[in-house]
Amino acid sequence: MGPAEAAAFGPQLVAILAQFEALTAVDVEGVEPMTTASAGENVLRADAPAPSLHVDLALANAPARVDDFYRVPKTVGGEE
Amino acid sequence: MSSPSTAPAAKGYVSPTTGAQWVAVIGLECHVQLSTRTKLFCGCEYHFGAAPNSITCPVCTAQPGVLPVLNREALALAVRVALALGANVPPKSKFDRKHYFYCDLPKGYQISQYDQPFCNGGGIVLASGRKIRLTRIHLEEDAGKAIHDRGDMTLVDLNRAGVPLIESVTEADVESAEEAHEYLTALKEILQFTGASDCDMEKGELRCDVNISMRKPGEPWRTKVEVKNLNSFRHVAAAIEHEMARQVEVYESGGAIRQETRLFDPDKGVTRAMRSKESAHDYRYFAEPDLPAFRIDASFQDRERGAIPELPAARRERYAKQFGLGPKDCAALTSQRVVADFFEAAARLSERPKDAANWILNEMNRMVGDAELGYAHFGEIALKPHDLTQVIGLVTAGTIQTAGGRTLLRAMARTGRSAKVLVVELALEQVQDAGAIEAWCRDALVGKEKIVADVKAGKPNALNALLGPVMKASGGKANAEIVRATLQRLIDALP
Amino acid sequence: MSGAPIEDAVALAGRAARGELSARQAAEAALERVDCLDRRLNVFLAVDREGALRRADELDARRASGHASGPLHGVPIALKANMCLEGVESNCASKILAGYRAPYTATFVQRLLDAGANPIGMTNMDEFAMGSSSENSAFGPTRNPWDETRTPGGSSSGSAVAVAAGIVPIALGSDTGGSVRQPAALCGIHGFKPTYGRISRYGLIAFGSSLDQVSPFARTVRDLELVTHVMSGTDVRDSTCLDEPQLNLEDGDVRGLRVGVPKEYFPDSLPRDVRAACDAALATLERLGAVLVPVSLPHSRHAIPTYYVVATAEASSNLARFDGVRYGTRSEGSGSLQSMYAATREAGFGPEVKRRILLGTYVLSAGYYDAWYGRALKVRALLRRDFETAFEDVDVVVGPTSPEAAFRLGEKSNDPVAMYLSDVLTVPVSLAGIPAISVPCGFVTVDGKRLPVGLQIAGPSRADARVLRVARAFEAATDFARELPPIHAGGVA
Repeated sequence: MGPAEAAAFGPQLVAILAQFEALTAVDVEGVEPMTTASAGENVLRADAPAPSLHVDLALANAPARVDDFYRVPKTVGGEE
Repeated sequence: MSSPSTAPAAKGYVSPTTGAQWVAVIGLECHVQLSTRTKLFCGCEYHFGAAPNSITCPVCTAQPGVLPVLNREALALAVRVALALGANVPPKSKFDRKHYFYCDLPKGYQISQYDQPFCNGGGIVLASGRKIRLTRIHLEEDAGKAIHDRGDMTLVDLNRAGVPLIESVTEADVESAEEAHEYLTALKEILQFTGASDCDMEKGELRCDVNISMRKPGEPWRTKVEVKNLNSFRHVAAAIEHEMARQVEVYESGGAIRQETRLFDPDKGVTRAMRSKESAHDYRYFAEPDLPAFRIDASFQDRERGAIPELPAARRERYAKQFGLGPKDCAALTSQRVVADFFEAAARLSERPKDAANWILNEMNRMVGDAELGYAHFGEIALKPHDLTQVIGLVTAGTIQTAGGRTLLRAMARTGRSAKVLVVELALEQVQDAGAIEAWCRDALVGKEKIVADVKAGKPNALNALLGPVMKASGGKANAEIVRATLQRLIDALP
Repeated sequence: MSGAPIEDAVALAGRAARGELSARQAAEAALERVDCLDRRLNVFLAVDREGALRRADELDARRASGHASGPLHGVPIALKANMCLEGVESNCASKILAGYRAPYTATFVQRLLDAGANPIGMTNMDEFAMGSSSENSAFGPTRNPWDETRTPGGSSSGSAVAVAAGIVPIALGSDTGGSVRQPAALCGIHGFKPTYGRISRYGLIAFGSSLDQVSPFARTVRDLELVTHVMSGTDVRDSTCLDEPQLNLEDGDVRGLRVGVPKEYFPDSLPRDVRAACDAALATLERLGAVLVPVSLPHSRHAIPTYYVVATAEASSNLARFDGVRYGTRSEGSGSLQSMYAATREAGFGPEVKRRILLGTYVLSAGYYDAWYGRALKVRALLRRDFETAFEDVDVVVGPTSPEAAFRLGEKSNDPVAMYLSDVLTVPVSLAGIPAISVPCGFVTVDGKRLPVGLQIAGPSRADARVLRVARAFEAATDFARELPPIHAGGVA
């Protein structure tokens, strides 16, 4: 993020969070969190194959491609 | 260095330099690929070794706008494993998003389970009676593969992204490399026997990480180190042995152990700190809004419990009791479900369990890895229990010799043709014709007065010297028992 | 251009099915109307001229060879640029997705295609649906046909104008916190957000997963009912879909209907002219036989912070996939993977998107989860309970859709909080997941310009047909939806 943007963001975020403060005043004792608006439960599908994309279609939007792979800058192995 | 395998687990590790007593505190974390046909959240049909990026779809490549849908079979297998391990399956469970950025993680988050995994508890009891407890097992999707050895870039293959995994985490109950090996072997057996996974580590179907710290007996736990990149049970054991020694050495020379992740180098047998910066990662878990919670009710559990076959430990006991087999054979026969199932069928059909065990553990096992036959696993051997039963029958009846039986079995596997046809074609039948045998025996006795005298004098094994010439004369086909009996009879008849 | 309305979808499909109009003619006419107004109002990000004409020809060929025509046969429609149609560019009005062509088609789009509808292009929006004015689009704002110095609302800005300015009879938007209802109100047309899960989200580029719904715009309620019916129904690709078949519509009027009027939706701060228009609308409902019942939704004032905590958290997660690896634009950065991510997202996302990602990341972070996100989920449950309690006594709940008429472009763009507050009347409905429609209910005059006002009618979960029925009754008794803006393409073709 550029310095000008960062400078603007700070106060904006603080103002937004100040709005959020109101939440802390609500009495939520004993209330179950509403993690989803979906009514369902146990939505499962059969272990039946569906066609995969051809590799060229899968890679069609790739910004960088080498053979049949996506290319990214060299990394040391491991997550993060 | 004292090897933990010679010291009983409870005694722990003795420092080779100071002689001080240490105890290893080890937890094992295993990721297992479930053997479903399709991925966890989409219908891509995964198999190992496919051409790169040929088994992907909008869902597992995380195109904008896609949604996950849970694979029922993955849930079923996971529950089956949990029940086989004596775990508790709570009524309600959900998925969560686990966020981090890496090129093999298309969504920028992994769909996993955080605070409501589908099971908790359970464990495995080792031969020593010690129980290695499981903390939990949860379901999650696998990431793709990043390839770093193609020059100045990294390449990404997403075939594996979305494959269903179960992650099992033990409590820090393991105390030695040997215990780790035993636990993993037992875990693998259960996973295979329940049909949940083939656990082929070369295909990455079972991956293991170790968390290990060392402490003095009676003292609290110290800092633990994580060791990754363990591609076989041997490596796990070797890595543990190395770490135990390394950590103790650090402590005894006044140093401190940092919490870090280390990689195992199988060529050198040592662990090495990872080069990347290790900072505490905030995964920002929250409930996956695209997947409703799921309830695993009693009937679902009952169905999966019913699908659990007799497990290896129980089978070993039964083989010992029912068939009188020794512990080594029992262990070998139950090392893979396909072997155990084959054995039981062959034992039942042939009514000769010890023979069946013998043939399976020797001749058939030799077929695996055999250059000519080319079988990679026992399960690939092109023989049915009925086939083995026939061979056993022919040998028992004396129709063919044991050596002939081996030849026959191989030929049946290689050609797929019946025993009856091959016995004739390969001329394996033993000669049992009394007349022919008597003729050969008489010939062999000519000029062998000394041996005859030895036999008459009761010298043990004296008869053996005569077998060779008879067998040679018969082209190796004479029934050895009849030859012996005939020789003995002829010798007895001599003055 | 003239003040003549264009043909609505039901009528057009009927004529096309009878052979009185070819799909090609309908497509060409719509494309001409695009040419007429698009540059001036900045409605479309991508016009799929070739695809539209090809589809039209296919539709005509199918009809000629004796196949039955679907209920939307030949109807030109517009899609919001966050919807996937294979091969067409859907960039969510963001630089980070510039040039992205989906390798698949959304379920709801496929159902429309199967019914004979003909998408002619992707409309402008606030970037990733984050905004209420289209000023967050990376490709310039869309202008309100009632006054082109003003915003049409957002985030489904282009789709609202596509209908309001008479380019197409039906356009799809997505509604997360009001992004279809508010622009409908500001543009004088109908905009309907169904019950969460009524329409599959597979192929709708996600912003707030537990809030997003595909939501149509149309000038007539009958068109809304038709298009909702066609798109609705369970989908194996969306686990959050209602387990119900296609939506069945309701006949009937509003006699005896109990209409809840929440005092929280008519605060003293509500501008008098907006209040007057809504009061008149309520009087109309009474005249039609409805009974007005005062109700209270006590947690309403917590809706905005609850919404922004939940929506930004989900958005920060949903946008994590835009990393330049598999699609979209990429900035290589200084050579490491992490710097590529940073450079790509820095260059690709606009300021509002960045703001929301930062907020969302913050409210989910360890140590803050319970105080923010965890808490917001509980307040959300309380907000839903407010509605459930009210619906024990009333059949629908009404109020102004927006606290103000269309504001000027640039008026709020430097004040995100002010922009967020324009959602205050729509977000409670989104959080509860219940169905709601905005119906044109009057006009106000601002700076000499006549600007539309909308009334929001909300119903209990799954009572989509009831909400549409009420809207239909109101429409039959009033003329507001028939009044056309000064900038309108109706005279073309």
